[in-house]
Amino acid sequence: MNLSGDIWVWVAAILTLAIMSYLYKDNPIYKFAEYLFVGVASGYYLSIYYANVMVPNLFTPVGDGVKALGGGVWTWDLWRLVALVLGLMLFSRLIPKFGWPSRWPMGLLVGAYSGLAIMGFAQGDLLAQLQDSLIPIIDKSALSAFGDASGMTNKFLAFLNVLSHPILIIGLLSTLYYFFFSQEHTGVSGKVAKVGIWFLMISFGASYGFTVMARVTLALDRLRFLFGDWLGLNIL
Amino acid sequence: MSEPTKLQKLEKIDRRWVFLVMLVAVSIPLFVSVDLPLKVTPAAQSFYDSIEALQPGDIVYYAADYDPGSKPELDPMLMATLDHLCRKDVKIVSACLWPAAPPLLEAGLNTVAVEKYGKEYGVDFVHLGFKEGKENVMVQLGKSFRDVFPQDYYGTKVEDIPLLAQKKANGEWMVDKFDDVKMIVNISAGYPGTKEWVQQVRSRYNIPIISGCTAVSAPEYYTYLRSDQLSGLLGGLSGAAEYEDLVNLPGFGIQGMAAQSLGHVAIILMILVGNILYFINSRK
Amino acid sequence: MLKREVPLLITILVGWFMVIEYFFPGAEKWSSELQNWAIIMTALASVLGVANVARINMLKISRKQKDWGYSVVLMAGMILMVVLGTLFPMIKSIFGIESSWTLAGMELSGVTSGTWFTQFYDSMFVPMQGTMFALLAFYIASAAFRSFRIRSVDATLLAVAAIIVMIGRVPIGDVMWSGMSGLSDWIMNVPNLAAKRAILIGAALGAISTGLKVIMGIERNFLGGD
Repeated sequence: MNLSGDIWVWVAAILTLAIMSYLYKDNPIYKFAEYLFVGVASGYYLSIYYANVMVPNLFTPVGDGVKALGGGVWTWDLWRLVALVLGLMLFSRLIPKFGWPSRWPMGLLVGAYSGLAIMGFAQGDLLAQLQDSLIPIIDKSALSAFGDASGMTNKFLAFLNVLSHPILIIGLLSTLYYFFFSQEHTGVSGKVAKVGIWFLMISFGASYGFTVMARVTLALDRLRFLFGDWLGLNIL
Repeated sequence: MSEPTKLQKLEKIDRRWVFLVMLVAVSIPLFVSVDLPLKVTPAAQSFYDSIEALQPGDIVYYAADYDPGSKPELDPMLMATLDHLCRKDVKIVSACLWPAAPPLLEAGLNTVAVEKYGKEYGVDFVHLGFKEGKENVMVQLGKSFRDVFPQDYYGTKVEDIPLLAQKKANGEWMVDKFDDVKMIVNISAGYPGTKEWVQQVRSRYNIPIISGCTAVSAPEYYTYLRSDQLSGLLGGLSGAAEYEDLVNLPGFGIQGMAAQSLGHVAIILMILVGNILYFINSRK
Repeated sequence: MLKREVPLLITILVGWFMVIEYFFPGAEKWSSELQNWAIIMTALASVLGVANVARINMLKISRKQKDWGYSVVLMAGMILMVVLGTLFPMIKSIFGIESSWTLAGMELSGVTSGTWFTQFYDSMFVPMQGTMFALLAFYIASAAFRSFRIRSVDATLLAVAAIIVMIGRVPIGDVMWSGMSGLSDWIMNVPNLAAKRAILIGAALGAISTGLKVIMGIERNFLGGD
């Protein structure tokens, strides 16, 4: 064991343990760390907005614009002031019963992002995904790969690949059917919807598996920090 | 009501015991060296191939869109991709759409580009910092980098950064929009991230995108990989490990695989044991 | 009029502008100016969020409400970061100060590497946010043991897919059976993909219709009441 001599590692370790203490139960040490985190994070965000957005995209251009105006020239830079005024109108929300000026900038932002979303979802998701779903039912290359595969395991995996195209098509259609035909699912219609649900369940299972992977990685990282960087134990 | 049996008590055990089991399961492999064989999936292979196909002097747009909440999963990808790009002498224009990302990107660039490869800031790579605006910024970057990022992370005007200050014979900027770069490399932890890059930029500007993302978002992105809207995909720490293996840079990804394996096994055992107990207890 | 019609008109005009601009990328200067406005306004909206956190906690402190002591901690953390990351750089730029202000070898003003700001980010922000997310590993374990019950065909499919993916995505899978990673990859690429694609298409249709409702002025909930 070779305890860290770096004060900042100690700070990080103590805060890590303070947050972890929540696993035992909610307690004042955890609460202290939680509030400290929100404070530090808020201050961090504000500073980054100032340094990375306000200064380069607003203050500097407006400053340049004002200088040019001194020389009698109106430049594009000065239009940025409109954004400042609209942005400040957002703050009217903080005043009770006087929130309406915030609707102007909200209107602009909602309009802009709705316009972008329409094109993005149409181009990026809807068209591209539909287009890519127009595939032949029989995948010839998978068939020939199945013929060439040797050994039980490879044969099995190659067989699955032969089934890939039909399963993709059935899965997509039945799941879409389940989404869009909301009448009572009985008879043939009910069976198709049922298949759609099965596909959804498999995909939720896959997502669950990947979520577990993500969470375990995060826990692993903190333990590695505590055992390795802080306690200086000889770990991998 | 009769007294609960031992098995019934076990099924309803205080969750803190479960926490303890999990803690032990993930800790043990940190102390015991286990060598497990790693198999590279086609998704990671195509990610590697996309960078490998770049030529010296090519430029990529590097979008680091994550924060400390997913640092353990994505930092290994950041390090390995930057290393791979520097090794190939590819120039990097990097920026972030997540406010908490710039220091992580900066640390990666300093460690890999500056210290390991001796690359020069402003000539071989540039860090443009963070910009608010999400999809809006993505679309705008396709028209002009300097319009969105008039200054870099350090407050230097882009006209004073050699990589971005060169002009073509016709007076246009040499490096100013997605047309001028070969590819977008995205390290993504959610919104805004890979999904939005694909939606807003992939077809509008016809530029290839590769994504290293958190495990949580990966299952959805497989659809983009199949439709060629993504040219490569690394999902979570396993994806990072496969890529580390491909570029021959063992890091947290590969080192973490044993502990990761045991963590997964522990969760599976908990599902199984929980269900066996439930099955036995509900038959009584 | 100012309260309802003007904001609605702004939404409709800007929304259609963004859509039309996709097909006719002329008006470059105006579209880039508009997008720069959106950048500044979204940043100010985020600043508004921070201001709100500050306001709530200041009220809590001034009224000595329950747990007000923690609010003091919160405000101290926030003020510390704002002084280092915003106030000092602001003073420097207003007075044109070029020299560095160092304390214990680290720069006091600014947000880039080598500053106190980044040091606090590294040793407070990073470990605390990381640990908060890491806690979820323990909760997911507890949920797996106590609530993940396999009682129907649907739940069985979910569990089997989850288990194959969990084992197949880590090296231990292939140690158990050499086809495990191949099988998990097939699940990801075929049945999972079929359902995820259906979700994607469904969500896209929903998002497009909502977007159209907004820019046609039909959907106006975002304007709030009265």
